[in-house]
Amino acid sequence: MGKSNSTTIDVDSLRSSIRDKSVRVIDIRKEEEYKQDHIPGSVNLPLATLLSDDSPEKIVQLVNSFGIDDETPVVVYDNTFGALASRVAWTLEYIGHSDVSLLDVTFDTWKKICLETTREINDYPKKEHSIKLRPEILATANYLETAKKKNGSILVDNRERLNYLEQHIPGAINIPYRMLSSSEKILKPKEELKRLFQNRNISSDSELVTYCGSVGTLSGLGYYALKKAEMGNTKLYVHSFKEWKSLEKPTETQESAHYWDLSAE
Amino acid sequence: MDHSKLDYSKSGKLSEIKINWAKPEEVETFAKTVKHYRQDKISHDDFRRFRLQHGAYGSRMTEDYSMVRIKIPAGEIHPRQLEKIADLSEYYSIGSAHVSTRQNIQLHWVILEDVSEVMRGLAEVGLTTREACGNTVRNVMCSPLANVCPNEEFDPTPYAIATAKFLLRNPLCQSLPRKFKINYTCCDDHGMARIADIGLIPQHKEIDGKIKKGFKVFLGGGLGNWSSVGYQLEEFTPEDDLLYTILAVIKLFDRLGNRKNMARNRLRYLVNEMGWEKFRSIFLKKRQVTRTTQSIIHKLDVDDTPQEYTPPVVSVETSSTPAGYSRWLKTNTLKQKQDGFRVVFLAFEAGDITSNHLRMIAQIAREFSAEGKIRNGFIQNMALRWVAESELSRLYSKLVEVGLAKTGALTMASPIGCTGTTSCNLAITNSHRLAKEIQRKFLELGLDNDEALQDSSIKISGCPNSCGQHEIATIGFYGGGGRSGKDMYPLYTMQLGGRADGEARLGATCIRMPAKRVIPAILKIIDVFKSERKQNETLSSWIQKIVEGKGETNVKSVRDIKNILEPLTKAPLIKEDKDFFMDYGIGESYHVKTGKGECAA
Repeated sequence: MGKSNSTTIDVDSLRSSIRDKSVRVIDIRKEEEYKQDHIPGSVNLPLATLLSDDSPEKIVQLVNSFGIDDETPVVVYDNTFGALASRVAWTLEYIGHSDVSLLDVTFDTWKKICLETTREINDYPKKEHSIKLRPEILATANYLETAKKKNGSILVDNRERLNYLEQHIPGAINIPYRMLSSSEKILKPKEELKRLFQNRNISSDSELVTYCGSVGTLSGLGYYALKKAEMGNTKLYVHSFKEWKSLEKPTETQESAHYWDLSAE
Repeated sequence: MDHSKLDYSKSGKLSEIKINWAKPEEVETFAKTVKHYRQDKISHDDFRRFRLQHGAYGSRMTEDYSMVRIKIPAGEIHPRQLEKIADLSEYYSIGSAHVSTRQNIQLHWVILEDVSEVMRGLAEVGLTTREACGNTVRNVMCSPLANVCPNEEFDPTPYAIATAKFLLRNPLCQSLPRKFKINYTCCDDHGMARIADIGLIPQHKEIDGKIKKGFKVFLGGGLGNWSSVGYQLEEFTPEDDLLYTILAVIKLFDRLGNRKNMARNRLRYLVNEMGWEKFRSIFLKKRQVTRTTQSIIHKLDVDDTPQEYTPPVVSVETSSTPAGYSRWLKTNTLKQKQDGFRVVFLAFEAGDITSNHLRMIAQIAREFSAEGKIRNGFIQNMALRWVAESELSRLYSKLVEVGLAKTGALTMASPIGCTGTTSCNLAITNSHRLAKEIQRKFLELGLDNDEALQDSSIKISGCPNSCGQHEIATIGFYGGGGRSGKDMYPLYTMQLGGRADGEARLGATCIRMPAKRVIPAILKIIDVFKSERKQNETLSSWIQKIVEGKGETNVKSVRDIKNILEPLTKAPLIKEDKDFFMDYGIGESYHVKTGKGECAA
């Protein structure tokens, strides 16, 4: 497989890479799910494990234990429409891994089209990955406060519409994560994404920051959607709205309307 | 799971979409026009007119969001179309869709820049939003019981579809003085023929020894400011005259409608200001001219190929039916004129339905309806027709399993609530939520199962306009604001005895009731009715008598009901009962806040 500017990888390419043993596949589901069945050759990194300590040192330790070095192409998958996988992929990018992509379908879809799975647990010889942090893809609360004014950044809230209407970071626009996927794939085709973003006045030279509710999963998917559509310089506000609120930063609300009462949930 | 059923449901032979209402190039035009508007290349007013013409209505307090109204001509919708709407509601809206009282499906809080994407998705399944809003001919309605109603003389559906086809994008209808509504119904009992600009009921007549098809046509009805019941045009309007009749009315309205004063500019104002007889004679001349001067011979493209029906799959399962079956059968289904089939109504809460439920309904329609499609109803609901009686208990089990077996669909327990303050600029109260609260209360008390209440209705509008159709409800409400000292509270004006059937009449105003006292007031009326009624009398007929001042016992008139309810209207002190001063839904204390309406835009 080639250097992943491609963001996502389709099942055929992944299968041939697995056959060539030229890729490390990471399964982001819970341990018990992984143990039941998974894509052959994959290793398990439950998102919770990563979130319990996502310091670069700890991440590198994990990566090393999976036998991944700076040159190993990595493919990440989950069963949560790509959002959890995105968060992990972004973390790898952040510590300086340059060849990571998302499987473009979920594990359920993989099984539905009857592709091979296994219960076999894989162990790989430990490797040494370097740490070359890429702060340019990370946004912090402090950064956000001035980003809009200073850099004309576009803040993208990837939560669902009603959550956004209720409260969001001032000036953010709303691109719900569901808008990014299709009924088969975790992300819509590139041209379609491009059109959606262009409709919203996002261009390839925009600076963009995505965020969601709490840990950067939905917005991780948002990050990769923008990347796939080749939309400029994108950052993830990884601690997202939960942190923003806990810091008591200002928020904005769509006022004077009872939109929640339109929901049939 | 039984695999033969699965295969059948996947065959989809009957769910083919035969009519394409969409025009894909409108998608690009819309996207481009939004851009031009944002770049100030077109004026706000021009853009607004354009947006409405394409079915996108502004949202409450903001034009950055739209309510996208999907036209469903004759209310007929295919499973694939429902599935597409489900996707679009998740991608671009709030994950729920809304079935309107005019058989449209609405997606709320869509970002203006995304509207073209919604239109694109709809075009893929042959649907359009074109002329769903604005000063155009709106969705052409047709009774959800058309073709299956035991009272109907023939099926009006092909005529409704042909009318919609003829008028959609027709140059004649692009800039009418105001909106224009056409309703076809099956019979006098079921429908809205008398409250539309043009209402039509199928009718046979023997002429020269031959049975001819035609319609009973009503003109100039409508709800809203100066609500009116339509006038019957003539005894019998033959089928051949249908198109000329419709064209002549629209042309007259186009020419004579009061373009200077939008607020008084529906056909009913024209008719009432001119007087019916005068209007009628001008109309008859106009129709004569239309008939003779049409340069091309226009004919409605009525497709009356008999509908195909797939014989029902005979159930082999003998698993027991969940509890509540007979209640559901009684309150949600009707016998068709065709032996062995029923129409099953699905009740929602104020017309709201989740994307997942839309998908399930699509699947269920494929599996259980022999016509393989769905009809949107008149009261924010959906009808599944051509369900074999032998399949009903299996269908019920399925509906229970997926959470779609809410009872009371055809009873007073399913109130209509317009959008209200959930998204409409004109709303004063949260009528939408109130309808849901009433429904929950009625179901909790089992009132849907009470036969004496079954032919009654509750309809609620969030302002004096009539999207909630309160004037034709047995008990209707429209929203307003009340004041106690310096504190404001939401309230509703209650109207009694309205109906839209052959005995159509508008409700009589009774009392102004604080929003938080509406439910107790309804329950009080039911209590009084129960102690006063004669044997077998229904609430609706009892109220009818009272509205006519013919009450026979202690309660003789609307005034008597008012006196009974009066104690409920007293405002408490705000410190004693803060809730009284708040509307339903999350929010701050109540104050009236409205934006500019777009109805008259």
